[in-house]
This record gives sequence, C-alpha cells and structure tokens, in this order.
Amino acid sequence: MAILVDENTKLLIQGITGKNASFHAKLMKQYGTKILAGVTPGKRGETIEDIPVFDTVFDAKANYPEINTTSIWVPPLFAKDAILEAIDANIKNIIVITERIPIHDMLYARKKAIEKGINVVGGNTPGIISPEKALVGMLPRKTFRKGHIGTVARSGAITYYLANTLNLAGYGESTSVGIGGDPILGMTFGDILKLFDEDPDTHAVIMAGEIGGVYEEMAKETIKNMKKPVLAFISGRYAPKGKRMGHAGAIVEGNLGTAQSKIDALREAGATILETFSEIPLRLKELNILP
Amino acid sequence: MKLLEYQGKEVFHRYGIPVEKCHVLKSVSELKNMPDDLGYPVVVKAQVHVGGRGKAGGVKLAHNHEEMETYFKEIMGMTIKGEKVEIVCVTQAVNIEKEFYLSIVLDRENNGFTLMASGEGGMEIEQVAKESPEKILFLHINPLIGLLPYHAREVGFFLNIPKENISALSKIILKLYTLFRENDLTLAEINPLVITPKGDFYAIDSKMIIDDNAMIRHKDWEAYRTLSGDEKIEHEAKEKGLSYIKLDGNVGCIVNGAGLAMATMDLIKKYGGNPANFLDVGGSSRPQKMIDAIEIITRDKNVKSIFINIFGGITRCDDIAKGLLQAIKKINIELPIVIRLTGTNEKEGKALLEGTSLHTVSSMKEGAQLSIKLAKGV
Repeated sequence: MAILVDENTKLLIQGITGKNASFHAKLMKQYGTKILAGVTPGKRGETIEDIPVFDTVFDAKANYPEINTTSIWVPPLFAKDAILEAIDANIKNIIVITERIPIHDMLYARKKAIEKGINVVGGNTPGIISPEKALVGMLPRKTFRKGHIGTVARSGAITYYLANTLNLAGYGESTSVGIGGDPILGMTFGDILKLFDEDPDTHAVIMAGEIGGVYEEMAKETIKNMKKPVLAFISGRYAPKGKRMGHAGAIVEGNLGTAQSKIDALREAGATILETFSEIPLRLKELNILP
Repeated sequence: MKLLEYQGKEVFHRYGIPVEKCHVLKSVSELKNMPDDLGYPVVVKAQVHVGGRGKAGGVKLAHNHEEMETYFKEIMGMTIKGEKVEIVCVTQAVNIEKEFYLSIVLDRENNGFTLMASGEGGMEIEQVAKESPEKILFLHINPLIGLLPYHAREVGFFLNIPKENISALSKIILKLYTLFRENDLTLAEINPLVITPKGDFYAIDSKMIIDDNAMIRHKDWEAYRTLSGDEKIEHEAKEKGLSYIKLDGNVGCIVNGAGLAMATMDLIKKYGGNPANFLDVGGSSRPQKMIDAIEIITRDKNVKSIFINIFGGITRCDDIAKGLLQAIKKINIELPIVIRLTGTNEKEGKALLEGTSLHTVSSMKEGAQLSIKLAKGV
C-alpha cells in the first residue's frame, strides 16, 4: 500500500503540451506511472510521448473512463478553471503542480473540492511519489527508495532532502507527499497524516512545515489521535516578521504563523520535534522504528 | 503588496465608498501650488506602510493655513519606525459622531473570508481582540456564497446603527466586499469608519493588501508600488528569478528551495552565526543564476563568507559546480566560499570543484560551522 498514488493510478496530465509538463511526462512514464491521456485545449489528436492529447477533460474521460487522477501544469491564471473542470469530471485525485495561483481562485477551488469529496494536492507541489509504484509530478526519482516512512512537506528541496537522509540511514519511503508552497493549499498536513495513519505500509511519518499560515497548527488534533509516531521539523525559526521567504505562503504576519507557535502546537500534540535533519535516524530508533 | 492610505482611499472612491476630500503631495515645494479649498480644520497625514503613525507624530490637526504648513514641513521627511515619509496627505476634517471598525480579511483556518466589525473604531483591532473579543463581530464568509445583504444587515444590528442609517452602511459593506473580490485583496480595512451627526458615513483611513500572486491580472496596481532601499534590490533579484531577502548578518547564503534556504539560516543561527540573507536560486542550474546570486549578495559589504547549500534533485550537482566556477572566474570574488553539494550527480560535481579554492563540505552542519568560522576571519 501507499497513499494517493500507487500502481493503480491512471493519470491524466492537464497542460501536457507545455515544456515542463511534456518533459516530466516522459520521466513519469519511465518511472512506470500509467499515464492514459493529456489535455491541452486546441491540441486534440496530437501525442506527447505516445500519450494521446484531448481538448477537454470530459473528452479524455470519455475515451479513458478509468482515469482516476490528474496532474495540473497550466499557467497560474488558468489553474482555477483546470481544477474545476477536473472536479466537474469527477476525478478523485487532483495534483496541482502550478505555482503562485491567486489566493481567491484557490480558495474557491478548494472549497468546491471539499464539497464534492475530492482530494486536491498543491498548488506549487513538486509532486507525490510512492517508490517503485508511481510518481506524479517532478520529484527526482533517484532520490527515493521504497520503505516504511511517510513524508509530507511544503517544500520541494526539503522533500528530496528528507528522502536522502532516510535512505542514507537505510530507511525508505512508503509515499513522499509535497503539499505545496502556495498560500492556499488543497490538502493540508492533517489530511495527509490521516491517510498515512490508515496505510499499513507506513510505520512513522515525518512532516516538514515552515513559517506562515496555519496548516501546521491545524494538524494538532489529527496528531493527537494518531496511532503512528510523527516527527516534525519547522523551517524559518529565525525569519524576520513581515518578510516573505520565497514561498508565497512563507510569511509571518502579526503573531500568526511563527515557527514557535507551530512547534509548540505540534509538541503539545505529541509529535517529536526535530532540530536538524541529521538527527532523524536517531529519533526513529528511539521510537523503535527500524529500517 | 500593501497600499498606502491615500491609494486605498482612491480605490474606495472608485467603488463609491465615501471618503473625505484630500490633496496628495510628494514634496514641500508642491505645497505652494496646492489649492486651498478644503476649509479648516484639515488633517495632515504621513503616508507610510508601518502602523502607529499617529503616536509617532505623523498625523496632526491644523486649524488654519499657517498651522497646516508648519505640520506639513514637520511630517514630510520624518522617519516613522524606520520608514521615511515621502508622501503626505492634507485632508478635510469631518465631524465625528461615532467611530467603527470594519474589515474583510482572508481566513485560511476557516477556508474563506472573515468580516470583522466593531464599535471600537480607531483602536488597534488586535488589542480589542485580546482585551474584549465580545466587542468584535466575526462573520465567516463562504467564498462559494459570497457576502450578501443579510450579512451586511447583521453588521448594522450588531453595531446598533440607527434604523434609518442601516441601508447606507449595508451599501458600504457590500461595496467593500465587491472591491475585495474584484481586486484579489487579502485585507480591506476601514479603521475608523465614521458616522457624522448628519448621518453620513466616511472611511477615514484605509488599509489594503493585494495578493502578490494575483498582480499579473491587475497590471494597473504596479503604479502604486513604492519600494524602499532594500526592497529595490529584492525586486531586482526577483526579476532575475531569484528570491532574495536582505538580513543583517555576515554569512551570505545561496540555497536551492525556499524551505531548505530557511532551514539553512536556522542552522547558521543555531551554531552562533548570523545569516546575511535569504536567497533561493530556484530549480534551475543555469550558470547565469549563480553569477547573479553571488553578485547580489556581495553588494552587502557585511558579507564575510558565503555558504552555498545545494540539494540536486531536478538540478544536477555537476551543472551547479560548472556554473559556480564560471561565476567565480567572471566576478573575481575573494570571499571564502563553502559549498555543500548533494543529490543528483554529486560525485561528478564534487570532482569538478577539487583543487579549487572552494571549501567543500559533506553535511549542512559542517557547512554552517565552517562558514561562521570563516566569516569571523579565523
């Protein structure tokens, strides 16, 4: 087992003819992800890496009813439309690679997804990988190895780095999820943690959050009720107030979203707080989680 | 992007929210051409992004022309919490019967927007929220439904507005929501919103923040951008595809990925050093990016060493190494550089750097410690 993406994933790529999307379509396919179709309005009949392209999501779905997951690579101002089209076509998992989506657009799309019971991951996610099963997004496949640690992070480089640290110590990942660096995200830490808690292949979860927003604090109740141990890392402890640290979401406004409020909330919920990445293997062993 | 008071009020005016008449001046010399048509008293107000300008002496009531000129000259050019006053407004003073607080704000926790209203106008709302939260009405707005007249009426009842004025207030609230949505704002605040003895409403102050992600569909907002010293460099870096924030330490940092960049700064702090900046070079390994990054961080003369921390995921380590060597050749840099390369093509990257003056390290901890030491000159 794994979460969100696995050997049963039947993928659609929205915006497939774009430079980034077509490049990563090739890499995802090489990894073994089953990509059934792509969508770019006006490009029906073309193929990218032997993947057929359609004008609309409905058209793609009519030809490949087994599509159960989509990834979105369109420019930011078209993201809301693309997400709603996928929701309307009832695709259960929507993975949004597009970054810097306007906040009002994403709030609307997120609310619709929740209403319809659809999983939206991102925007600005580097992707999701379940090693040896499937990769959706642009995560560097060589960095990940099959195992029993679930990881969930806002940042791409941290996602790779976590996997690298785990692998060097002999561990591997059940699934690595990038939830995205945008200010408004579809699924948040709590949603992903719940999935990991239900996944028999996952023995422990590492979450890596950062300053800004409230998604880390919101995971508190979930962590309290989890059967599996959670290790948590928060970046941006020394970031000054009012300065946006790269990610559109990483900004401390007023007293909201500070690293300390996140660390306090997660510690209180029972998570093991990590000061550095290098201590991960040690902390896992203390929790009796072996490779 | 934050707007100044007068900019926000221009937006209010465009949407039909009443504001006092005012003149916006950008220098003392513009004073002599300013029409003297507001009547007296007038209010002279500094236009700054920081809060607390009133307490700092940036807002003054002038009863005649002479007083107005005196206050104007005092305020123009003064520094409020580190921000220099470069724009001053002279506005009509209105008779105030009662002051209110009104705002619409992005609410991530509730997945929508929240309207806040209070009878404690003119006060800092954070303070009211702390001391007497019952005096604030919090109305959650579902983005799929929007803000409707029933919400607006509820605000009127909460604020005990006389029945005959509720419709005027409702109009203001609905207009505030319209402009909040149409302009992709994350905050639209009127504090205070006042009612005069005659029953007219005026927005006396404004605070607005526009979502940076939505700036691409509001090109006209660019005209409102005012950049202070450090922000100019940050803006220039952004145009080169770098995300740069200047800080006050001496260890320059170049990292790929925002999360890792923050984690790197944290580690430097943990081991007793001080980061000079936040810099995310992003996912590309183009040599030009490395050249631009080094050029920008070394403009800050406090920088005594540089720590480059790259995790090659999509980015290949050998590409980074090549770019770095080109950069060093091109800009002839003398500062000590510590570099940690891990991930894709790590071996090839490290091999390229062998025999150069660069200090290669294998862990983040080692890199942080060494760059701190080198910054101290030992």
